[in-house]
Amino acid sequence: MTPNQTDKLATQLINFLVAVVVLILLFLLGDIILSGFPHISWHFLTSPSSSFSAGGGIRDQLFNSLYLLILTLIISFPLALGSAIYLSEYAGDNWFTGLIRTAIEVLSSLPSVVVGLFGYLLFVIEFHLGFSILSGAIALTFFNLPLLVRSIEGSLHAVPDSQREAGIALGLSNWRTIRGVILPAALPGILTGIILSAGRVFGEAAALIYTAGQSAPILDYTNWNPMATDSFLNPMRPAETLAVHIWKVNTEGVTPDAVSISAGASAVLIIVILIFNFGARAIGNHMFKKMTGGK
Amino acid sequence: MTAILLTKNVHLSYGKKEALHGIDLDFDEHGITALIGPSGCGKSTFLRCLNRMNDLIPRTTVTGTFNFKGQDIYAPTTNLVELRKQIGMVFQQPNPFPFSVYENVTYGLRLTGHKDRQFLDEQVERSLKQAAVWDEVKDDLNKSALSFSGGQQQRICIARLLAVQPDIILLDEPTSALDPISSAQIETTLLALKNEYTIIIVTHNLQQASRIADKTAFMLNGNLVEFDLTSKMFTQPEQQDTSDYLNGKFG
Repeated sequence: MTPNQTDKLATQLINFLVAVVVLILLFLLGDIILSGFPHISWHFLTSPSSSFSAGGGIRDQLFNSLYLLILTLIISFPLALGSAIYLSEYAGDNWFTGLIRTAIEVLSSLPSVVVGLFGYLLFVIEFHLGFSILSGAIALTFFNLPLLVRSIEGSLHAVPDSQREAGIALGLSNWRTIRGVILPAALPGILTGIILSAGRVFGEAAALIYTAGQSAPILDYTNWNPMATDSFLNPMRPAETLAVHIWKVNTEGVTPDAVSISAGASAVLIIVILIFNFGARAIGNHMFKKMTGGK
Repeated sequence: MTAILLTKNVHLSYGKKEALHGIDLDFDEHGITALIGPSGCGKSTFLRCLNRMNDLIPRTTVTGTFNFKGQDIYAPTTNLVELRKQIGMVFQQPNPFPFSVYENVTYGLRLTGHKDRQFLDEQVERSLKQAAVWDEVKDDLNKSALSFSGGQQQRICIARLLAVQPDIILLDEPTSALDPISSAQIETTLLALKNEYTIIIVTHNLQQASRIADKTAFMLNGNLVEFDLTSKMFTQPEQQDTSDYLNGKFG
């Protein structure tokens, strides 16, 4: 074969592989949204779920998913940002940082059921947090950390060293250089990390069954006191998320409309993830433009 | 001429390998000194000693005397932030921050607590004019510095440095990544600055050194071979090595 032919063949092969991936994605998205969309109604989104009779909604589960995501990010983002800055900007290349990196990788490959059971034993039982959003958020932090740390570290690394030299040669301290120059430049990458980890939080079920629980008590959305037991802001209440709800309806649901509930809930889950994804990117682009004066 | 920066017996090693074998160089206040020599002769390494940029490279040891206006640059009590404000640096690759031109130039000033908008505006105009890039960017001060050409970016970097009013400007091959026209503009800029600032420039380009430098130092394999007035060195070099290098026999 001539080099020209090899080049053509390779290009075609790559195009084919990409087409396969795109087709799988389109098929999955299309199937979930098309089969779930007819079941989504205002009533479905705004009424509480019911255990036995038909016509239950997903209002509380949807809110729980979002609330859990926010709590998880509040806990995991500062931790991840700090460790990523340490690993990328301060740590030398030695056995100690190697150990940290290996530990982070091991953490990311833990099966979620194991993390769930660990969270159950430690937070739910030992620390008396009970089945609660807080227990769930801490367990999810374990998943989130490796993903966030690695992606933030990667995006900090991608900022050229010439930027660090520029800051330091201008008389900026190390920290001012990081805060004022490196972090803004790395913002788009950091945001991608948050979006990826958010997807995992939305979709996680196994770890939450043991930590955030499988029940969704009736919530009062007008009670803004996070200490009240029926307040939607109370982090100590059990909270079934959308993904857990889908799992439960499918495995032990006795409502006659279980199939349509799970189809609708799946579609809502996907749509919410898409909205979060595009929204976060739009906000990130806006911030990046504002900080960097556009292009 | 009074010397503003005196160095004596400068040795530098990366790990076990010694890269500078005892350099003595004094730099006069105001004016341009060029450091020339073939690749790997240690000229950039020496330059980076002067504002302690080599501190960033692990396992680097520097010995010798560095006297800047009566103060020891390598004294344990030296405030690096202050030092680098007084001895600023421009690099081979233009490296403006990914912010607007205005923010690039005012960055150092705002760090030191200057907030007055009018003062900042004046400094931006003064610095950009001194760096001879004002006319090209004055209508686009809020545009990202990265959207300008390489030569303009490099002059924005010079303006960013001038805004904090350093005593000494170190330039590490500032034009080697630029086209001839941009290089010529940078040279004009430097010539205009030399009456107010002490400029030390590392360059590969012998013509550049002969065009702009008052004094030139020729380095070879980590040693200083010759240091003299540029006009003298380029016409009557004292060392055979210098003559050979200037005549293109090696390098």
